[in-house]
Amino acid sequence: MLMSKIELKTENCKGCGNCIRNCRFEALAFNNEVNAKGYRIVTVDRDKCVGCGMCYTVCPDYVFSIED
Amino acid sequence: MAITKQIPDTIFAANSFCPGCGHGIVIRLIAEVLDEMDLSDRTIGVLAVGCSCLVNRTLAVDLMQSAHGRATAAAAGIKRTRPGNLVFTYQGDGDAISIGIAETLYSAQRDEKITQIIVNNGVFGMTGGQMSPTTLVGQRTATSEKGRNSEINGDPVNIMKLLSQFNTAYLARGSVHDAANILKTKQYIRTAFELQMRGEGFTCVEVISPCPTNWHMTPDQAVERIANEVLEVYPLGEFVKGEHQK
Ligand SMILES: Cc1ncc(C[n+]2csc(CCOP(=O)(O)OP(=O)(O)O)c2C)c(N)n1
Ligand code: SF4
Repeated sequence: MLMSKIELKTENCKGCGNCIRNCRFEALAFNNEVNAKGYRIVTVDRDKCVGCGMCYTVCPDYVFSIED
Repeated sequence: MAITKQIPDTIFAANSFCPGCGHGIVIRLIAEVLDEMDLSDRTIGVLAVGCSCLVNRTLAVDLMQSAHGRATAAAAGIKRTRPGNLVFTYQGDGDAISIGIAETLYSAQRDEKITQIIVNNGVFGMTGGQMSPTTLVGQRTATSEKGRNSEINGDPVNIMKLLSQFNTAYLARGSVHDAANILKTKQYIRTAFELQMRGEGFTCVEVISPCPTNWHMTPDQAVERIANEVLEVYPLGEFVKGEHQK
């Protein structure tokens, strides 16, 4: 199984949903957590993530980083 | 197929734009290009007024704030005295195309060796979503409650067309509403910066960008609106490339 090294800085997340809408592998979803800024934040299902970097590209808030 | 994607070093802190605002992406693209070109230490950004100014909380380069609309005039002065630096402006459509239209046009007309980045979200964002020169016909804003009426307000201003009449080095319009266009926009910014560092003349990249807050839309609806309505009026692409005479 391909496990990507995706890291999330959820303290930056503002819950815009760009990443969730653009992830072809349905690896991202909102959970019920709220960060210190008061925004609903995104979580990743690491079994589904292939590390394609789409979330990084469309995120306006510097939440994602991916290491090969 | 995993690839490495790291937040650029030239981003030093989270931004404070609204959820789904395009400014955050444009700033990241600038930072990526500066990192790749190893130019952050030699870059001077000039801001004026608007949400665009919030770049100072995030982008780790030297920045100066000018009066509303005057960024390209200030940038031209900086570039003339410091020709070895990369000098760019970061402005909204209200700033660059309304109050700053004279500075924008005459910087292009003088072929100043600077890069102007105009983030076009079709409204005055920071002040609460008033109509701007680039507001679409029919678009409701705080000052066009029934929608922009071209008989009263004229048609939207296409800044690429206006600038095309001058002898500039590079003019391009990108958009940050989807991944493919985000990547293209990065290329446009990179080309503009490279041309500037090669000593070519005026370069300008306009970026179509969502302002969900003042469009009274969700972030999803705002990017849909760009794809379905805005790009019809503001087609994307490179409008001047390599035709520079000097
Ligand atoms: C001389 C002057 N007039 C008016 C204002 C008020 N003002 C602040 S931001 C702004 C418009 C900004 O709109 P835009 O350039 O489109 O940037 P955005 O906020 O959408 O990024 C205006 C008119 C000001 N700060 N200074
Ligand atoms: S008001 Fe509009 S331009 Fe300003 S930060 Fe919010 S979404 Fe961005």
